[in-house]
Amino acid sequence: MSYVLRRLLLTLPVLLGITVAVFLIMKLIPGDAMMARLGTDATPELIQQFRDQHGLDRPVLVQLGEWLVKVATLDFGVSMVTGRSVLETIGQRLPATLELTFAATLLALLLGVPLGILAVLWRGRGTDFLARVASILGLSVPNFWLALLLILWFALKLRWLPATGYASLLLDPIQHLRHVALPALTLAVGMAAVIARYVRSSLLDVLRLDYVRTATGKGLGPTAVLLRHALRNALLPVTTVVGIQIGALIGGTVIIEDVFAWPGMGRYALQAIYERDYPVIQTIVVVVAAFYVLINLLVDLAYAWLDPKIRFE
Amino acid sequence: MKRVRGRRRGVVGRALADPTTVVGAAVVLLVVAVAVFAAWVSPYGANQMNFSATLQGPSWQHWFGTDELGRDMLSRVIYGARASLGVGIGSALLAGLLGVSVGLIAGLTGGRTDTVLMRVMDVFFAFPAILLALTLVIVLGTDLRNIVIALGVIYMPQFARVARAATLAVREEQFVEAATAIGNRGTRVALRHVLPNILSPITVQLTVTVAYAMLAEAGLSFVGLGIQPPEPSWGAMLNSGKTYLEQYPHLTIFPGGCIMLAVFGFNFLGDGLRDLIDPRLRRGR
Repeated sequence: MSYVLRRLLLTLPVLLGITVAVFLIMKLIPGDAMMARLGTDATPELIQQFRDQHGLDRPVLVQLGEWLVKVATLDFGVSMVTGRSVLETIGQRLPATLELTFAATLLALLLGVPLGILAVLWRGRGTDFLARVASILGLSVPNFWLALLLILWFALKLRWLPATGYASLLLDPIQHLRHVALPALTLAVGMAAVIARYVRSSLLDVLRLDYVRTATGKGLGPTAVLLRHALRNALLPVTTVVGIQIGALIGGTVIIEDVFAWPGMGRYALQAIYERDYPVIQTIVVVVAAFYVLINLLVDLAYAWLDPKIRFE
Repeated sequence: MKRVRGRRRGVVGRALADPTTVVGAAVVLLVVAVAVFAAWVSPYGANQMNFSATLQGPSWQHWFGTDELGRDMLSRVIYGARASLGVGIGSALLAGLLGVSVGLIAGLTGGRTDTVLMRVMDVFFAFPAILLALTLVIVLGTDLRNIVIALGVIYMPQFARVARAATLAVREEQFVEAATAIGNRGTRVALRHVLPNILSPITVQLTVTVAYAMLAEAGLSFVGLGIQPPEPSWGAMLNSGKTYLEQYPHLTIFPGGCIMLAVFGFNFLGDGLRDLIDPRLRRGR
């Protein structure tokens, strides 16, 4: 079986598992908690209507079957708070999240790749330790705290950038860039730390290979060997890490979008969580997890395309 | 078992000579000591209010300043270490218990059980940690026990993968084959012969999971769905401090700095230990 087909088939059970898992998590919610939305003076008729509407009286397996059919037909129902179609609202919110994810990834690559290269070029005991401290600090800083510090410094003290809000990329690109700068930088720091670590270790691996020794033997300087010969091969495994990070970011922007009042899917998720709007929560969790799986699939396929060794294994 | 002890002694010796492990361990020890001896080292009570000294900046009386209720921020930060560490260590241990069990079963049984168990773990991996944590916490309820359960479940798959990979390597060793050949039951082989020999990678995973879980707990508390006030927690302190961000930044800077320091300690220790245990990685540096 071809690699592509095998990889596609492996994705299906995971997607099914995600859908079942979300159903089971939502089943943990006590029925009373769901009905609390109806208020204390709900009539028995209203309660029965609610139970019928959400299928709470039917056997669990039947409910699961109905849920799977709904997911397969992309019928995620309406919000318990606004009454609007959940999928439609997600469709409106998703572009803002993707814009933020794209900007953060770009920034992370611009910061992470050069840092990883510099750590190899200047390698030595002291620099190694510093590179390690810097990358682990990047991984350890709580991004919501970093967000507040960036707002404090760049928005409130220096007044260079807006603290919160959003501007459309198409209608006002300059304002869009000004608004996206701080949330993107916040998300980029952790990602850059991961990228820098992978670039560094991947480069060190490639530098031990024979063809690099040949390049050095030809009389090329260390910088030329690194940039012209080693880097291209070293960046190959980094694509996987970047892909996984992008997948994680789409669901990981929840708190940051809220801090910066960024009107994306993450902020919508947090609002739904505060309002206990269960149909919205379960749909967002399914959509985000499915995105993660699909991005991983794309990364694997891209990797196989870039590296023929994998395709023919 | 001799093999395990010999290797362990070697690891301790090398750990003491490795700056990363030593720095990480020192930070972790500091945070643990502060949490354990909070009652002795904190200058005031965590919830001791003083309405004549509200929102003061750092001073000799209050090193980290005071909050909107006149509570000493240093004392709250010190007591906050307990909640953060408690959740971090508790959920890492739970995740370890669940994940290592899954990994051992998958690795030793192999075949269809292995495939099914690991595909289930793949499903868990697909959920972004913070979104799943928020969902589980509103489903289960926002008390300390539920936060630990939610984070324990979320970080379980990493342990399963690590334990399975290590089990597969150990399974083929002669002492495991011998233990099986003399008629030991599967559980006994797993617990007495395999588990002691896969403890090293699990220890590394435990250390970094404490770091992840502390960050996640801070995130949950930051959005008001974690540890509830007046219980001091670093995330919740950041949440209430952000209201005064411009005028009183100390309310934001100190609790956040503490989260970063504690998480850094565990991450750094884990990173150092990983290198010591895996010589292949060490050569790469």
